[in-house]
Amino acid sequence: MSLSTEVRQVNGVSIVDMAGRIVLGEETGKVRSTIRGLLEGGATKVIINLGGVSYIDSSGLGELVSAYSTAQRSGCVVKLLNVQAKVQDLLQITKLYTVFESHTDEAEAVASF
Amino acid sequence: MTDCRKLRLNFESTLASIDAAELIVERMAQISGFDEDQVYQIGMGVRETMVNAICHGNQLGSPKTVSFDASIDENCMQVIVTDQGEGFDESQVADPLAGEQLMRGSGRGLLIVRAFFDEVEVGPGSGSGTRVRLVKYCAQGA
Repeated sequence: MSLSTEVRQVNGVSIVDMAGRIVLGEETGKVRSTIRGLLEGGATKVIINLGGVSYIDSSGLGELVSAYSTAQRSGCVVKLLNVQAKVQDLLQITKLYTVFESHTDEAEAVASF
Repeated sequence: MTDCRKLRLNFESTLASIDAAELIVERMAQISGFDEDQVYQIGMGVRETMVNAICHGNQLGSPKTVSFDASIDENCMQVIVTDQGEGFDESQVADPLAGEQLMRGSGRGLLIVRAFFDEVEVGPGSGSGTRVRLVKYCAQGA
C-alpha cells in the first residue's frame, strides 16, 4: 500500500493526513516533498496525522525526524496526531517519543500550538 | 507447526528486493503459525536487514547480490542475509539512542532488528561483506 498525503488547514495549522506505509523509497520521498512544500509556503504549525499509517520502517522514522529538524530550523513546529500502536512501539524502541509531541485528539492538537 | 520449510534466494540490490524479502518471510511465518505481531516483527526485522545489506552493504543499484536463506522448524524461524559489500564493524556505529544521535535521519535499523528478533548475529561473510543471522522463536509453541 503506497502512501497518500493530503493537506488541509484548520485555524492556521496545516494538517497532513497520511495513509499507507512510510518506507524507504517513493514513500519517504513523498513525506519529504510534502513537508518541504509546506515550509516553502510559509507554514509555521504542522500536524502530521498518522491515523492511517500502520507501518513505518526505520527510513520512515528517519524521514519524520528530518522533517521535524528541517521545520524547526525554519521556525516551524511539527507535532504528531493519532499514532497507531505499532508505530508507537517503534517510537518507544527508538526513544523518538522524547522528540515528538503527540496527540490523540485533533482539536486538542490544534489548540496546543 | 510441524513442517520444516527452507528457502534460499539471491536478490538483486534493488528496493523491490527489500519488499519481496519482507513479503516472503511474512508469508512463511503466517503459514507456520506465528501470530500477527510476530509476523509483523519478522517482516520488519528482515526489511531492515535487507535495507542495510542492499543500501549500505552492496550499494543500491550495484550488480552485487544479497544471499538470503530462510528456514522454519518446530522451534523457530531463522533468516540469514549476506551481502557482498565492504564489511561492517558494528562497534563503529554510533548508538542511535545517545544524545544528538537521536536526531539523525538514519542509523536505527539494527536497533529495531535487535528489538524484534530473539537472536541477532552480525559478522563477516565468507568472502567480503556482512552476514546477519536472525532467529525468532515461536511463542506458545506455534
